[in-house]
Amino acid sequence: MSSKGELPAWVDVGVVPLLNLLVALVVSGLVVIIIGENPFEAMWIMLKGAVGSIKGWGYLLYYATNFVFTGLAVAIAFHAGLFNIGGEGQAYMAGAGAAAVGLGLEFLPWPIVIPLAILAAMAVGAFWAWVPGVLQVKRGSHIVITTIMFNYIALSLMGYLINYGFRPVGKMAVESREITGAYIMSFREVARAFFDVRLASTPLNFTVFLAIVAAVVIWYLLWRTKLGYEIRAVGANTDAAIYAGIKPDRIIVITMAISGALAGLMAVNEILGAQHRLVLGFVQGSGFVGIAVALMGRSHPLGIVLSAMLFGLLYQGGTELSFAKPEINRDMIVVIQGLVILFMGALEYAFRPWLAALFIKAED
Amino acid sequence: MDLYVEILASTIRYTVPLILACLAGLWSERSGIVDIGLEGKMLIAAFVAASASAVFGSAWIGLCLAILTSVGFALVHGYASINQRGNQVVSGVAINMLAAGLAIVLGNEWFKEGGRTPALPPEGRFLPVQIPGLSAFADVPLLGAIFKVFFAHSILTYVAFIMVPVTAWALSRTRFGLRLRAVGENPHAVDTAGISVARLRYMAVTITGVLCGIAGTFISTSLSSSFVRDITAGMGFMALAALIFANWHAWPALGACLLFGFLQASGTFLQGKNLFGVQIPVQFINMLPYVLTVVLLAGFIGKSIPPRASGIPYTKDR
Repeated sequence: MSSKGELPAWVDVGVVPLLNLLVALVVSGLVVIIIGENPFEAMWIMLKGAVGSIKGWGYLLYYATNFVFTGLAVAIAFHAGLFNIGGEGQAYMAGAGAAAVGLGLEFLPWPIVIPLAILAAMAVGAFWAWVPGVLQVKRGSHIVITTIMFNYIALSLMGYLINYGFRPVGKMAVESREITGAYIMSFREVARAFFDVRLASTPLNFTVFLAIVAAVVIWYLLWRTKLGYEIRAVGANTDAAIYAGIKPDRIIVITMAISGALAGLMAVNEILGAQHRLVLGFVQGSGFVGIAVALMGRSHPLGIVLSAMLFGLLYQGGTELSFAKPEINRDMIVVIQGLVILFMGALEYAFRPWLAALFIKAED
Repeated sequence: MDLYVEILASTIRYTVPLILACLAGLWSERSGIVDIGLEGKMLIAAFVAASASAVFGSAWIGLCLAILTSVGFALVHGYASINQRGNQVVSGVAINMLAAGLAIVLGNEWFKEGGRTPALPPEGRFLPVQIPGLSAFADVPLLGAIFKVFFAHSILTYVAFIMVPVTAWALSRTRFGLRLRAVGENPHAVDTAGISVARLRYMAVTITGVLCGIAGTFISTSLSSSFVRDITAGMGFMALAALIFANWHAWPALGACLLFGFLQASGTFLQGKNLFGVQIPVQFINMLPYVLTVVLLAGFIGKSIPPRASGIPYTKDR
């Protein structure tokens, strides 16, 4: 990388990521061509399905809410130099916390039980990430491996909990009964109940504001507080951080707990806001989308909000596309996700030397 | 008795993809490249094997194409890790997603069954081979049981188990294997000796691709008779766990994979059954391999020491 540092800052921050994204999209387009469809037509259907109607926007923002949480979870760990692949399991476990409080304390009025259920989700998610953090610090086991294992442990454990704990006796479907106390209303229900306005049916609910708050809080935490400075210091150079009197062990454990709590908030949107019951496998890969979102958003909360919306568009548009064109399966989104992670993460600098050469030529 | 025979025979079957993927991870990590994309490579290989066998009616063509595809994915990971010095964990995650997505998208387009591939005819599958002379024992009481457990398997099963001594021997007795391990411990020393670090690592990821290709083929053409969504069901990650459990050595890897295979087999058979008067929820058997790995990693059952340079990109000009 002899060309490093020879590019203006705006190219590094703006042009390089955009170029990587463009390559990921071009390769995705090639996949669409391989299966014999027109990529531009596909893109148009996706755009129309996601941003061409109120309903589309509702779903877009609803998906984006999930991805903001999981994206922030991955990003704050990145800032401390940690890779938390366990967002999937943390969010899944958090669902049990939210549902347990939501069902167990439903005699309380909603202004009390909803915050309690949200805190429970955050606490359980935080716990599920805190353990791998502690294991790395105290026992030297690597967070990447431990969080992968914790994803699978969560998968089995939740299967057991929902089947034997939450499922009412005699109910066929493996899910809890309806959570009525900690019921976060969707915008559609609010519009209908209080304003007598009929909105398109979407699961978009008040958790979307929580996502914005979370993004602002994480931005403030990372760049305006002592803890945030310490997190970034540990991530940038652990030795220098130790020299500055920061205890990396403490920071790693705290960062993992915050990361898990953020992932846990995804369960709030899904369980308290959309499904209103604890269902099997409700996370559906959102934890992994968080990795793509964090990489694309360059681990900055603003970037994460924007890339979460882009992935929300992909998810909603992809669903519409699979209805309009059954030849293109909805899993096309997973392909795009994988390509985004590949080109914006692993092959981050692949086109940089080429760009640098272009710039040097332009300057001559 | 019959139940025990069934459990043991199916232990062997479940162990096959685990040991192949585990050895695949062993080759890669011993050369210094962390690979959490084993799952994805197995998945895409399982898909290609099932598709090609269905189209061409030959399991061998399926196997060849599956290996080629898997090696292709392994080389993408290799390029990102070796040439681009990218984050190997990120690249592995990308490989897993790409494989999961492509298998469904292409399968849906080719066979119009929502990502499933058609059920394979017998000649498109790797079925148990008849060993001349041995099949006569099938109905003898005790010998029949032994026959059922050990000798009623497809050719890929024997390949998988033979790969254990081959890997152990290659890594400890051949020049190539010793150099490969050196690259995973101290690439600078190997480079100083005038041997190409990149070339050795590319060879290692290619071997990883081949082994994952065989593992995937086994899953969709032998263990099952078609490809369905998420057919690998986390076996790539379980293999990764077994690799840690085995402390990056081939023979212990076989032990770990047999243990995990046994847990999987008993989980399938014990579903809803009583054991010693208590009903053990199958979920707890399913999570046991992962719990054991976490406990082991935390140093409560001995220490695991990964190859020293694994996960660290090699930079020559430092």
